[in-house]
Amino acid sequence: MATITYRDALNQALREELQHDDRVFLMGEEVAEYDGAYKVSRGLLKEFGPKRIVDTPIAELGFAGIGVGAAMVGLRPVIEMMTWNFALLAIDQIVNAAAKMRYMSGGQFGVPIVFRGPGGAALQLAAQHSQAFESWYAHIPGLKVVTPATPADAKGLLKSAIRDDDPVVFLEGEMLYNNKGEVPDGEHLVPIGSAEIKRPGTDVTLICHSKTVAVCLKAADQLAELGVQAEVVDLRTIRPLDTGTILGSVTRTNRCVVVEEGWPFAGVGAQIVDLIQRDAFDALDAPIIRVTGADVPMPYNRQLEKSSKPDAGKVVDAAKQVLYMVGS
Amino acid sequence: MATSTKPERTTGGADAAELHLRYLRQMLLMRVFEEKAGEAYSLGKIGGFCHLYIGQEAVAVGSIAALRPDDYITTAYRDHGQALARGMTARAVMAELFGKATGCSKGKGGSMHLFDAGLGFLGGHGIVGSHIPIAAGAAFAIKYRGGDQVSVCYFGEAAANIGAFHETLNMASLWDLPAVFICENNGYGMGTAVARASAVKNLSVRGNAYDMPAETVDGQDVLVVREAMDRAVARARTESKPTLLEIRTYRFVGHSMSDAAHGTYRSKDEVEEYRRRDPIKVLAEQMRAAGSLDDARWSALEAEVKAEVDDAYTFAEESPDPDPSELFTDVYAPEQGR
Amino acid sequence: MATKIVMEALSPTMEEGRVIEWKKQEGDAVAIGDVLAEVETDKAVMELVARSAGTLLKHLVAAGATVPVSAPMGWIGQAGESVDGGSPPAKASTVNGERSTGTAAPPEAKPAPASAPSAPSQPSSRPAVQPPAPPPAEPAGRVKASPLARKIAGERGLDLGAVAGSGPEGRIVKRDLDQVRGERSEVRGAAPLTSHVSPLTAFTDTPLTQIRKTIAKRLAQSIGPIPTFYLTSQVDMERVAEARESLNTAAGDRGKVSFNDIILKAVATALQQHPECNAWWQDDHIRYWHTVDIGMAVAIEDGLITPVIRGAQAKSLREIATESRDLATRARERKLKPEEYTGSTFSVSNLGMFDIEHFTAIINPPEAGILAVGSIAQVPAVVNGQIQVRRQMRMTMSCDHRVIDGATGAKFMQTLSLLLENPLALVW
Repeated sequence: MATITYRDALNQALREELQHDDRVFLMGEEVAEYDGAYKVSRGLLKEFGPKRIVDTPIAELGFAGIGVGAAMVGLRPVIEMMTWNFALLAIDQIVNAAAKMRYMSGGQFGVPIVFRGPGGAALQLAAQHSQAFESWYAHIPGLKVVTPATPADAKGLLKSAIRDDDPVVFLEGEMLYNNKGEVPDGEHLVPIGSAEIKRPGTDVTLICHSKTVAVCLKAADQLAELGVQAEVVDLRTIRPLDTGTILGSVTRTNRCVVVEEGWPFAGVGAQIVDLIQRDAFDALDAPIIRVTGADVPMPYNRQLEKSSKPDAGKVVDAAKQVLYMVGS
Repeated sequence: MATSTKPERTTGGADAAELHLRYLRQMLLMRVFEEKAGEAYSLGKIGGFCHLYIGQEAVAVGSIAALRPDDYITTAYRDHGQALARGMTARAVMAELFGKATGCSKGKGGSMHLFDAGLGFLGGHGIVGSHIPIAAGAAFAIKYRGGDQVSVCYFGEAAANIGAFHETLNMASLWDLPAVFICENNGYGMGTAVARASAVKNLSVRGNAYDMPAETVDGQDVLVVREAMDRAVARARTESKPTLLEIRTYRFVGHSMSDAAHGTYRSKDEVEEYRRRDPIKVLAEQMRAAGSLDDARWSALEAEVKAEVDDAYTFAEESPDPDPSELFTDVYAPEQGR
Repeated sequence: MATKIVMEALSPTMEEGRVIEWKKQEGDAVAIGDVLAEVETDKAVMELVARSAGTLLKHLVAAGATVPVSAPMGWIGQAGESVDGGSPPAKASTVNGERSTGTAAPPEAKPAPASAPSAPSQPSSRPAVQPPAPPPAEPAGRVKASPLARKIAGERGLDLGAVAGSGPEGRIVKRDLDQVRGERSEVRGAAPLTSHVSPLTAFTDTPLTQIRKTIAKRLAQSIGPIPTFYLTSQVDMERVAEARESLNTAAGDRGKVSFNDIILKAVATALQQHPECNAWWQDDHIRYWHTVDIGMAVAIEDGLITPVIRGAQAKSLREIATESRDLATRARERKLKPEEYTGSTFSVSNLGMFDIEHFTAIINPPEAGILAVGSIAQVPAVVNGQIQVRRQMRMTMSCDHRVIDGATGAKFMQTLSLLLENPLALVW
């Protein structure tokens, strides 16, 4: 076990997969000579050379499409989006090409590609640089959508994503890159489509992913002081959803709060609430409550931004609601 | 640098005659097939969109003739011609148009999404210009692996205005990718004449923007097309550099089955004018002049092609629809479930 | 793991119960279904049964205490298990509700609305939790319960209608059926009321019993908002008196019929003919009942209860007589079940035995009418132009004008008078 940052965990994953399989290459803006805009690809150019670590012009649609074409003929590209905000420019390649190629061709052409990069908000980056789009991609059949919260999950899931024969949308987080965590030694793979109970509990289920996992763990500590044992379920993969873990948890605790960074309407949480009310109706002692980002473009001002994001206090309040707890 | 091509024909020789006959047969097959497809569409056997290649046959035949079996081809949605020229059977294509399980894409792609992995045919794409970077991706993979194959990309002149075209040509030139970008300039992007859509009328000029060699080619003469393609393919194979070929051609029918051949954005006279340069007629006349085609041969060819297309039609009609369970297959890779 | 004993809502209107006596003591073995305690509700004395098995570890309240519904009363678990660790103390009211003379404060009143929680600051969040609402007055109304609570109730055979919900808008949730472990009690008692003592006048303060509280609350609800009018008729009861005497002579030991039984039968028959008077006001609609379930007011030691004779229109006089006697007896013994004293469609109150000539009764909402019956007395009356002494009775109907109009009520009274003055018409 080593304690490393989320960033270094991703770096290790890339390095190991580049070593493991010649067909893997990394392509994106500033990934090579700059060592990556967020230094995720630090040292890779030096080790693997410019054929495999490829700097691109600012042309997301173009190089995403090049990735798709290369994948169709047998390579395993990792295409970095400097942030997922910019991937909007490439979305035609991700949604219309990568996601659909296998189906449209009657099974002839798979697209074993990974699109990866940081998503969601950081600090004061304002409206165009703070968006969490996991629900957009989770909507598309043919894609897989992965959102690791911890260094161990980042490494294990990126390796699995690269080895996956389907197109994977891999959403990291700028605010997560410096977080440290224990990562197992040796070959560490985390399966796609498997949630993890980060903290077991009996009284209420908190469902979260990516940055909101830390928020929920903090809320769980606060709830413990009130005598409430919260169970924190880290989704890890949004599509396919680990319905078994979700339903199992809510069946045991009978109440649920779903937390996400993204906007409320048609967000990931809406899908989870639908799942639970449909398949665990009789287990529910209270309606399910969601805590989401505020339904507004992200403001620049620091306090406004803070107030728009989910935090432990909001999660605790929501938990109290579903526990029918009044007062403090 | 853009140059106009001077037609240089190989004259005489049994090999040439055989080659020309092959070209003629292929173009005739495409013509009869497309006409039959148009008929099938009117009868409701083909649904959705159906974009016919009638009038542009020489472009596909001449260019694909210059390729090897291990090269890659990517095209847009007007893909029946390239598919047949590449060697996909009339049966497989017609069945796909009819949406049957025996179609090349198992009935799940349709007219715009013809694919054949064995023939290196990477589709068949519906979003204008979206496939251009994909073709460059195949070229990237060729170079990555150190091979000498070529990746060919067909698109219309209207697609030369979209972002994907520019981003791709820039990177293809920047990275020296072994690609040939063929712009089939048929004068109209759906209903819009090229002069109204493009700041430059001579599209090969766009090669300059990306430091990419470019040529303007007469697309109604299959032998001219072949020669231009040979040059571009050689450049890709031996130097690993891309070429932009602007091939001037004309479609005798509307943009798609919902579009009239003339009367809206094209006059009847204009269409008639171009019909005089029907690529099949152009080659046939050349062959007659060279003595490699006579009436008997022509009739035999016509009959043969007609029989092949009729057979494909019947095959498509009689083929079964996909099993309902196919709705859920091929969304994800099989061995990984879901 | 130990489970809590909680005060259950043993009647639909119960909000708190007074522990009369613990039947299981600390250290006793307990099986599911064993009687743990006798509890006085707003209507009757009920038994609180055990919902889990084990050893009764602890009494959290003593005999005599008044406990709000859902508040914890004790623990059942493994012998030697320690309880009360970790969970904050329940804020149930545990003050003794004993009677006393001289200065004394009444026991803690029923739970006041709890303080509102801080609402989550999300625009899409739900409103703050509502305080526990009084449960619906009529059992026929829809009961709100969480899916889990319904499932548990179904599994355990519990009647949700008899449970008070502590969730928003009276929603019954799991803890109302079986307290969730580790959770705190949500119901807080209000501060005790202080009484004002005048040093000059002697007095006796008596704490309110459950029944007193309920009567006060429910009938105050009635007289305020209901637009009531009154119809009085004087009825000649000679023939009824004769009929009763001869019936009782013939019946002998097999059971007597009282005046009230005959009146009840007549009322039931009259309501059959005037169904517009056999109705409930339901705020946005009126419910007209197809059967006549008559609530007959019975005076009990410290108040009033109204057991119900169901389907009285179809019952014979003898059946009504038998039933009314049985209900009245059990009412006085406080042994009625909730379903036996709720859900009447029309009520009759008879103070004739106290020589009251005439009075007006207060409507039991949501019923639309009530009949007040006075004493049967010998009075001078004019019959065929001659003065005679006749036994007559005055009866007064209180009508909810939202449901019953003057003429409608009058026609009912007319029919009722006719039936009583011609008792054979009861078997018509």
